[in-house]
Amino acid sequence: MDRRTFLKTGAGVAAIGATGGISAPALSQGAAARTLRFVPQANLANFDPIWGTQYVVRNASVMVWDTLYGVNAQLEPQRQMVEGEEVSSDGKTWTFKLRENLFWHDGERVLAKDCVASLERWMVRDGMGQMIRDLKDELVAVDDRSFRLRLKSPFPKMLLALGKNNTPMAFMMPERLAKTDPFQQISEFVGSGPMRFARNEWVPGAKAIFTKFDRYVPRQEAPSWLAGGKQVNFDRIEWTIMPDPATAAAALQNNEVDWYETPLPDLVPQLRRNRNIRVDIADPLGNIGSFRFNHLHAPFNDVRARRAVAMALNQQDYMQAVVGDDPSLWSALPGFFTPGTPLYTEAGGDILKGPRNIDAAKRLLAESGYNGQPITVLVAQDQAPLKAMGEVTNALLSSIGMRVDFVATDWGTVGQRRAMKTPPGQGGWHVFHTWHAGADCTNPSSYLALRTTGDRAWFGWPSDEAVENARAKWFDAPNLDAEKAAVAEMNAAAMNHVTYLPTGFFKTYQAWRSNVSGVVGGPIPFFWGVTKS
Amino acid sequence: MFAYVVRRVLATIPVMAIVALFVFSLLYIAPGDPAAVIAGDQATPEDVERIRASLGLDRPYLVRFGAWVFDIARGDLGVSIFTNLPVSTMIRQRIEPTLSLMVVTLILAVSVAVPMGVVAAWKVGTWIDKFVMGFAVLGFSVPVFVVGYLLAYTFALELDWLPVQGYTAFSQGLWPWLENLILPAIALGTVYIALIARITRATMLEVLQQDYIRTARAKGAGQRSILFLHALKNAAVPIVTVIGIGIALLIGGAVVTESVFAIPGLGRLTVDAILRRDYPVIQGVVLLFSFVYVLVNLVIDLLYTLFDPRIRY
Repeated sequence: MDRRTFLKTGAGVAAIGATGGISAPALSQGAAARTLRFVPQANLANFDPIWGTQYVVRNASVMVWDTLYGVNAQLEPQRQMVEGEEVSSDGKTWTFKLRENLFWHDGERVLAKDCVASLERWMVRDGMGQMIRDLKDELVAVDDRSFRLRLKSPFPKMLLALGKNNTPMAFMMPERLAKTDPFQQISEFVGSGPMRFARNEWVPGAKAIFTKFDRYVPRQEAPSWLAGGKQVNFDRIEWTIMPDPATAAAALQNNEVDWYETPLPDLVPQLRRNRNIRVDIADPLGNIGSFRFNHLHAPFNDVRARRAVAMALNQQDYMQAVVGDDPSLWSALPGFFTPGTPLYTEAGGDILKGPRNIDAAKRLLAESGYNGQPITVLVAQDQAPLKAMGEVTNALLSSIGMRVDFVATDWGTVGQRRAMKTPPGQGGWHVFHTWHAGADCTNPSSYLALRTTGDRAWFGWPSDEAVENARAKWFDAPNLDAEKAAVAEMNAAAMNHVTYLPTGFFKTYQAWRSNVSGVVGGPIPFFWGVTKS
Repeated sequence: MFAYVVRRVLATIPVMAIVALFVFSLLYIAPGDPAAVIAGDQATPEDVERIRASLGLDRPYLVRFGAWVFDIARGDLGVSIFTNLPVSTMIRQRIEPTLSLMVVTLILAVSVAVPMGVVAAWKVGTWIDKFVMGFAVLGFSVPVFVVGYLLAYTFALELDWLPVQGYTAFSQGLWPWLENLILPAIALGTVYIALIARITRATMLEVLQQDYIRTARAKGAGQRSILFLHALKNAAVPIVTVIGIGIALLIGGAVVTESVFAIPGLGRLTVDAILRRDYPVIQGVVLLFSFVYVLVNLVIDLLYTLFDPRIRY
């Protein structure tokens, strides 16, 4: 009996007297093993994975809503809800057949019309979905288990689009929910995944509870990320929101939670010293730090000014500011695509390699016509990696003779201000930082930050035909070699254009109690295959 | 007296109206965009714009304010932009932990600070007095979160006496409820104890110089009787005032304490709402806090009559 148990017993006796016998319901050891206590990366503030595309919403949604396909650890789309598909010889018509025994959490059978409505809603919000929608001639249910998608021209990346893990994922919902305007939230949380969402127990900002869906029939294959048999070994998965990382780490050490998704690197040495805790890389695909320029206004509307910054930028400074001195957590990244994945390339990335040349950067900056105007850098102070990158940028820009207007604010404000196209002196901006999940940067499909479509591009509004042409080649690429060539071309073009600057590649840790097993690294915390003794 | 209470209660209406106008206007001009937060980092500017329109955030100030006031007048605090839940539901989910924390802190602080102040005044100039004053200075100087971390490290991680975090509803039992509140209440109460102890000491020192205290001593009254019956009662008015004012201190401190100890209370709800720009929630919670503060002041004013019969309304 430990001290707390002893105290509890003593106090419990007193409490019985004081409250007339009211005491906490005790969980048996078996029940405790069937409950997983998890601390997610952020608050689950809403629960519609099409309406709100935050990663935390997606991470919860993969338990509740299933997908037609799912990527495995090799990033290959595999069948999930689908039993099989047929594609016509001209590549324009896809017919999908659903597995048998698929049920919604309300007991109704999953029908093809549900999938049609779900895809229609998803296509409005997702980049790849919008491409499919632009090519779509017809999307109809053929019968209860089959539906057909007819296109104007072939779309070779169809299965990747339907099975990708980037937000918004193509989650399947009952038709009545899927008919909700994609810019409005759904009002029920009925899915067909392995876990139900316990809406009555949901306290946004505090906890979210998921209970096992007994009628879920997992696939027979071994689980691999979003593919294979999603066999959940818990009756209950409890998400507890803890805004303070030190508190979450302490709760893990004190056996108050089982699994902590994102411990701060600073706290990891302390966790490693605890023999009851395991620590490992959370996601091998990591994250790419981003130095984002506003291409609309001087000086960064001139590629020479952007290149001047690239010549001076030292990724080591950024990464050590973000993750500290742990070399296993970061690496230099002279490219835009995720290291360790098939399409990774350093083509055109020489400008980020080798010793930094401050003098040459200063000369190039002067050539660009920079006249000493203040450079507005938006720095979100409530996001540790962004605050760290902002501080380094302040020093970097100063080192090449730029005058920095350091706007220390919060992410909510950055989110609003970065959308403003007005000149920096009138509410706009020159630079802000963010990071991109490596899982979103494995190929060009969902890589919004690398689009160069001008006014229609992501914040900063870069414009460059060479990048877009190379991107189009990737979509049409018939095989991996052709894909690699297209991506190398795209990477080189984006480096030449300095669409944005990667500040490095960094990973984070996850930590869990040693009585929990089956935790795998990935872009999402996968709960299937995990057990607790 | 009754007429006074009614007058004061009615006076809360214009106060709340001014608070409402102030809060709404402040949020309107404050930077930040909930639509951008909802849309996420992968969204295009067009997506953000459409979400903003669907939330009605593109409507003019007066239209939005008018709609909000109309709803408030009907007792409807609105619906959270993010959770789609009624603000009243979210407040109801969160009010018990905050109320519990404040009550336990209040009881702890008053029961520790008042005797400390009384004893310090009684033993003025001695090491006891110096200790109490030293504690008060420390209590004022050390931030709540530092006290919180130290307590959690010592009593939860090292000694394993109490949990690090969380909250258990009172309906689950007295001890489960209390064990989650002890450390947060000490952390939150430290500055409050310092404040009350200092005021109690200062007021008691003044009262102990009064003629009626000398008279009580001359009549042979015991020290305890002099301190707690004669002196403390006459020193009560400023002490009660400080306790009341300190409620605001508690509300502010609860925000930090609830974050450090992961207590799902109104403080965290407020911070989360501010960071996400969930305007209806911010407005609802600030209105509630304002109402509570006005109410507490009323109660304190009424308590004056209890401690000092000369006060009449």
